[in-house]
Amino acid sequence: MSLDYFFKLFIGGLTKGSIYALIAIGYTMVYGIIGLINFAHGEVYMIGAFTALIVAGVFSALNLPVVAILAISVLIAMLFSAGYGYTLEKIAYKPLRTAPRLSALISAIGMSMFLQNYVLLAQTSNFLPFPQIIPEFAFLEPVKQTLRSTQLVILVTTAVVMVLLTLLIKYTRIGKAMRATSQDRTMALLSGVNVNKVISMTFIIGSATAALGGVLITGHTGRVHFYIGFLVGIKAFVAAVLGGIGSIPGAVLGSFVLGFTESFGAGYISSDYEDVFAFIILILILVFRPAGLLGKSTAQKV
Amino acid sequence: MLKDKLIRSFFVSLWFAVLTFPIMVVRVNTIEDTVTWRWGNLLMVLLGSYALSFLWFIALERKFNGSKKQTRFAKTFNTLRATVGENRNLKLALVAGVLLFVVIFPFITSFYQMSIMNTALMYVMLGLGLNIVIGLGGILHLGYIAFFLVGSYSYALLNIHFGLNFWLALPIGGLLALILGILIAVPVLRLRGDYLAIVTLAFGEITRIVVENWSSLTGGPSGIRSIPRPAIPGLDLNLTDTAKLVYFIMIVLAALTIFITIRLKDSRIGRALIAMREDEIACQSMGINTTQMKVIAFALGSVFAGVAGVVFAANTTFINPASFTIWESVMVLLIVVLGGMGSIPGVVVAALVIKLLPEYLRAFSQYRMLVFGAVLIIMMIFKPDGLLPEKRKHYSFTEDDKAEMKAEGN
Amino acid sequence: MKKTVLFMILLVASVTLIFAQGGAEKAETIKIGVAGAHSGDLASYGLPTVNAVELVAEKINAAGGIDGKMVELVIEDDQCKPEIATNTAAKLVGEDVVAVVGHICSGATKAALDIYNESGIPTISPSATSPALTKSGDYPNFLRTIAPDDAQAVLQVDFAINKLGSKKVAVLHDKGDYGKGLADFAKAALDATSAASVVLFEGVTPGAVDYSAVINKIEQSGADTVIYGGYHPEAAQIVGEMRAKGMKLAFIGGDGVKDDTFIAVAGKNAEGVYATAPVDTTSNPIAVAAAEEHIAKYGEEYGAFFLNAYAAAQALMNAIDAANSTDYDAVMKAFTSEYVETPLGSISFDEKGDAIGVGFSMYQVKSGSFAQLD
Repeated sequence: MSLDYFFKLFIGGLTKGSIYALIAIGYTMVYGIIGLINFAHGEVYMIGAFTALIVAGVFSALNLPVVAILAISVLIAMLFSAGYGYTLEKIAYKPLRTAPRLSALISAIGMSMFLQNYVLLAQTSNFLPFPQIIPEFAFLEPVKQTLRSTQLVILVTTAVVMVLLTLLIKYTRIGKAMRATSQDRTMALLSGVNVNKVISMTFIIGSATAALGGVLITGHTGRVHFYIGFLVGIKAFVAAVLGGIGSIPGAVLGSFVLGFTESFGAGYISSDYEDVFAFIILILILVFRPAGLLGKSTAQKV
Repeated sequence: MLKDKLIRSFFVSLWFAVLTFPIMVVRVNTIEDTVTWRWGNLLMVLLGSYALSFLWFIALERKFNGSKKQTRFAKTFNTLRATVGENRNLKLALVAGVLLFVVIFPFITSFYQMSIMNTALMYVMLGLGLNIVIGLGGILHLGYIAFFLVGSYSYALLNIHFGLNFWLALPIGGLLALILGILIAVPVLRLRGDYLAIVTLAFGEITRIVVENWSSLTGGPSGIRSIPRPAIPGLDLNLTDTAKLVYFIMIVLAALTIFITIRLKDSRIGRALIAMREDEIACQSMGINTTQMKVIAFALGSVFAGVAGVVFAANTTFINPASFTIWESVMVLLIVVLGGMGSIPGVVVAALVIKLLPEYLRAFSQYRMLVFGAVLIIMMIFKPDGLLPEKRKHYSFTEDDKAEMKAEGN
Repeated sequence: MKKTVLFMILLVASVTLIFAQGGAEKAETIKIGVAGAHSGDLASYGLPTVNAVELVAEKINAAGGIDGKMVELVIEDDQCKPEIATNTAAKLVGEDVVAVVGHICSGATKAALDIYNESGIPTISPSATSPALTKSGDYPNFLRTIAPDDAQAVLQVDFAINKLGSKKVAVLHDKGDYGKGLADFAKAALDATSAASVVLFEGVTPGAVDYSAVINKIEQSGADTVIYGGYHPEAAQIVGEMRAKGMKLAFIGGDGVKDDTFIAVAGKNAEGVYATAPVDTTSNPIAVAAAEEHIAKYGEEYGAFFLNAYAAAQALMNAIDAANSTDYDAVMKAFTSEYVETPLGSISFDEKGDAIGVGFSMYQVKSGSFAQLD
């Protein structure tokens, strides 16, 4: 096996990693704030992709330039997904804030099932082609075989989102409120933080990120289907846990670890067991570092 | 304030109308390049969300204000339950009635009814098994179906390669599932809560994917077919009689599972498990080895699934990995949650409801999963203890006890 | 005591009500069961069959039925799941159907056939392509109006070696029953010949976001052709990624790939892709008429396996008619001895249950649509 082959697998791993990262970030943000694994996050991603498809379909009749349609679709998709995220928090998670963790988790699973079937029934069970909204970049021509424009865009977007969110959390007021809420909700409430607003904000940002991912990634794979959220969601979720759930850099790191594991595992061993490699890495990491790669082992107060 | 809710519901319905607009109203078909507008759906969303949100607000307020005002339905149900619970004669009569029904059931119903009842009973067993893990042990297990898979495949494979008959396969299937359960429990023990859940999910999927890909051993995605049904050596049973046989096997197994669970709950281990579920740290500080407890809970739960798996393979005569996905695990989880974690009658009723109702409501089958999802959410918010909540043993020291003690002792 | 009695009465009454089997009036109809996936994500494969059987039944009934008896359809859903299929079969048997058109998915069919077999119910499927269903001999009551998958694989390999001159073939599959089955047969056919060899045999995960690892592997292996067993969504993505990388390998898929959605998703990358599929009989006059009937009744074009199901229903009605009874042996004999004019051509059945006169063809995407190659 040559170095060239290794390099190609590396790029593949990078692509996968950045795809998972865009979604894992949303999982980890929500978990960091309310300690809940939002199973429905994958569905928000899928709804973002569907919305973009629908908007693009409607607007393409107006004969606008492709770039404009892309921009409008992405914006509207992000808006609507943010709306869905906000709504599902209010319905399925808010009433359970004081309930045991198990209840909220089960409610999340229920919401995931509900949203999947909602889209299935309201739309179609078929795979719908997604238009090629990211044009092939001219400057990538020479390396076209290794890196395509969709991959580059996803990679860059992931990096930008990660930087923006980290800055947001570190340097803005709302970021500070988020950190406070995630550390100790009661104290934050007592300090005058509007906890409800902070939680809603988190869901909105996480969902918007998911929608952005939805549009870009669907542009890469070329098709939309009501089930895509679940499949990618599981992987992204594994990535977030692997990296230490609650930490954004952790989610990104975990995603790349997962992406590389899958890519190299499939490339050097067997593509049949691709998912098995991913799950084994997860188990191995959790066995040796129970809080994930970058997770903080929280001492439990008795 | 009622008026308040009416107005709020109005705004909520507007919100939903806008939110669901792209998905509910517009349908884009990129294969044929068509765009269809379904305005009827918009009206449906407006009206539906108005009504639902109004009810939702009322229900939420009731819940959070700890309203003791029960609906007439709940009142009658509770009084019924109390009367039966207290009156010994009634209780006996009820039990006798159920037993009688259970025994004559196969002789008064059709092949189809028995068929679906058998499926439901398998899920009763699965529910009871998972009940031990989640309900008693408090471990959220998202990969439970893997043990079901092991049971099924062990019978199928051992039958093909070694001609193992059904009756021997029952305990062997359980044993193999037990081994897998212990193997999985070992790395899983150190993890808490959510991490535990995701690892169990990972193991469940790993099991399924390995079976799916190891074609030379398991037949891969094409599965294994023509698995022999349960038979009594010497008797040549036709289809209907075999179904009756399966029915009685399942009744015996389910009864056994119920019996074991009841005895477990009353035992030291059972009480340790419940303690662990309530507060793990307090439990540890009382000297209970939580590690050991978790392994026990896991292992026990897996045995039941393994045995049920053997019956499943024999009944369906064809198995493939696609029958053992995450969603099947979620189904069993739904049964346990709906019935009430830790509650045996609750789980039994929930399993019957979840498996039998879709068969009777075949006309609405496309809404099935939607309803299940909604039910999970609603149950968790409004009735987290389930339909028939677990009744914990209540030890109390009353004035009469005090007087009795006084009279006896000193 | 009164309470106890009242309670018992209530209990027994309610339970009996639930399970009471009201004696159904046995009218003189011929009941045909139609089983398949009618809900869930595979519904698009099962519903067209329902339409087809309905159309055929209506026509027959309008002409006076079979031997004077009307045809009555009992339509049941199995969601393509084996465990539900057994219950569906039990229900149909309970409703005294004399024959079944279905099931749709091979797995569900395998599970249900035992029940039909024992109850002496001929079962004819428009879409279950697993060769074992007929070739194994375990299911004497089963017939189908679609060629089994091993025939497809043989055609693919044959075409690759003789028409494309392939020497090194990479065989991929989607780890599913149908896809891997097809891939296994293709591999077997390739292994049996010295003209070409299998340089890669791998499964891909359906729904994965990126297949670059496998595609890199294909490139590494030096393959000149790819044979894929699976459905069009994954195929479209794989082809897209391959072409984007500049790989010019020939790509041969099965009937799961020959779908207009494949072309829509893969876009210009679909050009030149090969796929095997049932012989194109859409210009057959009966097929044309059937298509028109469908639009007249349902307002849209027909879906997957419609023509196969139409043929199956016709063959079934014809067999019952020719046998002059609904007796199992007579009907099964009639299947093999009669030729029926269907949208698929003039067909009959062999001893094992496979259709005679139904085969596969190779297609290629030319100028944005699948064209049959001869």
